[in-house]
Parts: sequence; C-alpha cells; structure tokens
Amino acid sequence: MNAIEFILAGMLAAATPFLLAALGELVVERAGVLNLGVEGLMAFGAVLAFIVVYHGGGHFLGFLAAGIASAALSLIFAFVTLGFRANQVAAGLAIGILGQGLSALFGKTYESLTIKGLPKLSIPGLSEIPVVGGLFTQDVVVWISLAATLGIWVIFAYTKLGLVIRAVGENPKAAHAIGYSVVTVRVLAIAFGGAMAGFAGAYAAVVYTPLWADGMIAGRGWIAIALVVFGTWMTGRIFLGACLFGAVSLMGLAAQATGLDVPSQLLSSLPYLVTIIVLGIISADRRLLKLNGVASLGEPFER
Amino acid sequence: MTSWSLASLPVLVRRERASLTAAVVAPVVALGTALALNLGLYVLMGRDPLAVAYAMLFEPFLSWASFSEVLLKAGPLLLIAQGLAIGFRAKVFNIGAEGQFILGAIFASAIPVWFPQATGQWIWPAMLLLGAIGGALWASITAFWRVRLNANEILVSLMLSLVAAQVLNYLLLGPWKDPNGFNFPQSVMFQYDAMVPTLIAGTRVNVSFLITLVLSVAAFVFMQKSFAGYKLQVGGLAPRAAGYAGFKEGWAIWLSLLIGGFAAGLAGAAEVAGPLGQLQRSISSGYGYAAIIVAYLGGLHPIGIVVSALVMAVIYIGGDNAMVSANLPIAAVRVFQGSLLLAYLIAVAFVRYRLEWPGAVKTTTYRSLS
Repeated sequence: MNAIEFILAGMLAAATPFLLAALGELVVERAGVLNLGVEGLMAFGAVLAFIVVYHGGGHFLGFLAAGIASAALSLIFAFVTLGFRANQVAAGLAIGILGQGLSALFGKTYESLTIKGLPKLSIPGLSEIPVVGGLFTQDVVVWISLAATLGIWVIFAYTKLGLVIRAVGENPKAAHAIGYSVVTVRVLAIAFGGAMAGFAGAYAAVVYTPLWADGMIAGRGWIAIALVVFGTWMTGRIFLGACLFGAVSLMGLAAQATGLDVPSQLLSSLPYLVTIIVLGIISADRRLLKLNGVASLGEPFER
Repeated sequence: MTSWSLASLPVLVRRERASLTAAVVAPVVALGTALALNLGLYVLMGRDPLAVAYAMLFEPFLSWASFSEVLLKAGPLLLIAQGLAIGFRAKVFNIGAEGQFILGAIFASAIPVWFPQATGQWIWPAMLLLGAIGGALWASITAFWRVRLNANEILVSLMLSLVAAQVLNYLLLGPWKDPNGFNFPQSVMFQYDAMVPTLIAGTRVNVSFLITLVLSVAAFVFMQKSFAGYKLQVGGLAPRAAGYAGFKEGWAIWLSLLIGGFAAGLAGAAEVAGPLGQLQRSISSGYGYAAIIVAYLGGLHPIGIVVSALVMAVIYIGGDNAMVSANLPIAAVRVFQGSLLLAYLIAVAFVRYRLEWPGAVKTTTYRSLS
C-alpha cells in the first residue's frame, strides 16, 4: 500500500471525530452561541464510552452514554450563558476545563487499557476499485456520520427548523418578536452540540484508537471549532475541511512509515500548524466571513 | 409551548447601576459553592470530605514552610493573570498563555544551556528579560494573525500553545537533552548564577515574587490611571465609541497580546530560573489555563487578581496535599478549577442584574419595546 492509498483509506475514519464535533458546533454557532468547551465535552464523552465498552456494554451503549453525558455537561454551559447571560468565552473555557478534569478523574483507573474497535464494512464493487477503493471500506459510524452530514445540510438548506435556528442566530430579537423562543432554540442547539461532541469523543476512544489515555483528544475539539470557521458555517465545506484534517493527521504516520527523517514533534504539530495557516488564509477574506458569519454570535440575548 | 413553565421562573432584571456589594461577594459565594459541590463529589468517590477539606484548606496555612510554597505557586499565576486581564478587559481573548509561558522558559534556558560555564550576576536578570521577550514574540504571532489576517485570536493562541508543547518536547528529547541525565527529557541543571536569588531565607520564594508584586502595582496604575489603559477599556466596553474617538483596534490588540505574552514569558523564565533550576517537560502545571480563571475570579481587576491568585495557589498546594493524605486524584484540581469558574460566572451576574420573582411587586420601570 503506498502513501496515497494509505491516506485515502484512513482519511474518513481520521476525519470522523473532527466532523462530528464540528457539525455539532455548527448548529450551536448557527443559533448564535459560541461554545468553546468542545475539547472537554469530547474528552468526557470519550472516557464514558470507553468505560461502558470496557465493561462489556457494547459500542452502541457506549456511544449513547457519551452522547447523553456530554449533552448533560453542555446543559450546564447553557444554564450559565443563557440563564445568567454569562460571557460565553469564559463559560466555554470553564466547561472545557471541567470536562477534561472529569474525564481524567473517571478515567484514572482505565489509563492505557485497550478494547476492541468496530469491524469495517465494504461496499461491494466500489471497494475493489484500485487506489480509491479504500474509501469504501469503513466502519458503521463513519457511514452514519456521512449520513448525519447530509442530514444537517438538508435541514439548513430546505427545512423550517433550519430557518428558525438561523433566524435565532442572525437576529434573536426579530425571532423573538415573531414568536419563537430564543432560549429554547439555543438550549436545544447547545444540547445537540454537546451530544455530537460526545459522539466524536466516543469515536476517538472506542473505534478510531480503541484505548483510553488522559489527553487523548489532543486538541481535536479546538480544531473542530476552527473547522466551523474554515467551512464559513457551511456544512459541505466543513465536511471537506474535516477530510483535510483527517488526511493531515495521517500524513505524519505515512511520513514516518516511509522513513522520512523529520522530528516526530513536527509531525505531531502538523494539524495545529495547518489550522493556524488555513485560519489565516480564510479569515483574511473579511467579506467572506462577514457574509457567512452569524450576526449575533457570542452575544447574550436580552429581551 | 414552554411559556407557562418559563413564566413561573424568576427573571433577571437589569440593575440601575452595577452593585459593588455583589462584585465583592460574588467570588466568595462562588468559592463556597464550588467547595460544597466538590466535597460532595469526593463523598461520591468514597473519600472522607473532612480529611480532604483539612488537607486542602488548612494544611497550606499550618506551617511557614507550606505557606511559602503557596506564595511560590501564586507568583506565576499572579503574573500571567495580570497580563491576561488587561487583554480580557479590551476583549482580546488571549488564551494561549500556556504557550507563551513555555516559550519564556525556553528562551530563558538558552543562556545556561548554551553557556553553562558562564558566571556573573547578570545571568539571571538576562534570563528573565529574554524569557519575557520570548513570550511576547510568541504572542506576537497571534497578534499578527489577528490584526493583519483577521484570524480569531482564541483559536490561534490556543493552537500555538499546543505547538509550543511540541517545541519543548523536541528540545528536551533532542538538542537540549542533558547528556548525563540518564536519558530523562530534561536539560542540564543550571549554574548558580542562573538562579534568581532567594527572597526569604529558608524558603524557595525568590526575588521574582517581588518583581511580580511590582508589576501588579504597574498593572493597577496602567489600567486605572493611564490614558492607554483607558483606551483599552473603552475598546472592550464600547468598540464603536472607541472607533469614533479614534482609538485604533489594531493597536489595542497588539498591546494586549504583547503585555500578556511578556508577563507569561517572564513567569516561565522565573519558573526555570527559580524552583526548577532546569528546563523540564512539566515546567507548567497548567498555569496558563489556571491564570485565565484567576483573572476572571479577580474581577479582571489588578487588586482582585492578587487575592484570587493566592486562592488558586492554595487550591494547587492543597490539592497536592489531598493527593498524598486523602488519596485524591490530581485531576480533582482541574475539576475544582472548572466548577469554580462556572460558579463565579453565575454569581457575577448579580453585579449587573437582580432576580425578580413573578408575582412580586414590580419595581421596575418598563423599558421601551425595541
């Protein structure tokens, strides 16, 4: 298997934690809320999923536990920011620190233990194509994530629900005036974002690298937040961005396998450096961000 | 749908003017609440809450030796938080102090690592200065990205912290590894002149604590008395007004980040030239992140931050004690920090708002519906 085949085959799985968390954050931000706690929410979901799977609960229950737990944690964020109009940046950081702390606390006795991942499912025919065939052999969560991407795109492009979420984010006062509860929409969006971060963490800990280690999320939650900016709040572009980061995180492994003499720390930093560079390139187009950005992002709503 | 249930909940009503009482009480209430919640968590974990509370809250004060450790821990937290608070008040969210701290430590270590034989009283001051410059340089990347490329400073500064940790790893596993260090990821031990002189005999508290206090006074004068500090605050509170007054946003971002980076870099330098005496992997016990909490808990005010830095240092030292005496995992400190900030963010709402229960006598004047 050469490097390109290796990256193509593994890209979607590597992209899935980024993708799930970024899709969740997309919905939260479209509703006008900036939740910076994704890293901690992912870590919390990851450790709970790992514990459930480790004790024989199975992957489905593991994901379920992760989704519920991270959604519950994100509701604390909702309580503080929506109930008490707290600074969303500070509250997001606090939830992030809390989530990472709780995950380290719960995961202490599970440190470095491993479990079994999930089998890969191939699409007959397509998976036999040379070079790109690897793209069509993925585990079930990857397939579900792709469906979720499509679903969220449809919701924002074609449904009333999508319009309501966007209205709340663009102009909460107007949305309130025509009878929508801004707080209800935002609470639900935050809980959805929390659950997605939990799934993302669960995928990282029980499927992608089925082991638990403190700090294993390694900045992926932050990159997911950056992905929402890269994708300029558009589902399709966020998906492409997630694939890019999936590929980048595999490039390090591919480079090491070919015996390239590069310090491993540089390869580990690659996703962070790419984030910084891409963030600079995309943000430099101020019009693009202004046109696609969410008008009330981060501002507390006051009737 | 939910209007009937929401209507029975109390609502926040904006106060005529901010309550000073609430501003002073908020951090105390937050600390009490966080303490109660976390002790409850320790009970669930099967620990003796009284033993934990004793180890965390009393042991740090029982001897001069342990209290001096609190002062030692408070130093970097105080320094970093003073720098960050200036930026936060200007709404420049530099959350990458961790990376600026690491770069400060690396820059400072360059002198003793490259010139291990050098002697002279100039070495430790040069290290502190170099460290502060290193931190400011690292922060200037974020400033450039924000001002010239319009990139979000939260994400860029955080990413740079993750990169900084890898730079440190690279140096300690590669070129800067102590050849006689049994392959441990650490640099050589620094020479005597590379160490900041001790301030209080018999303790590890050194002159850098004095520098930190002086800089806290400087932060107070800068933010409360100077025109530049005033311009930063206006930019944070009313960006449009600042724009009309001709206060440049780019200038505020550069200044905020350079001050934040300078302070964090200085703290990093003081850590390697002080209690550690060498460059190690674990030079920062999450100071850069904890300092964000310290800054908020201190109300982003230079005097408040002095108090909150001491509180946070007690939590660190007390957490270490509880780890030994009550078998509490060290991660409990992070849980405490996160819950403390959340409790504070709730409590601080009462500075600008008060709760009004439905059915109570309405004392507010109705605001025009806009």
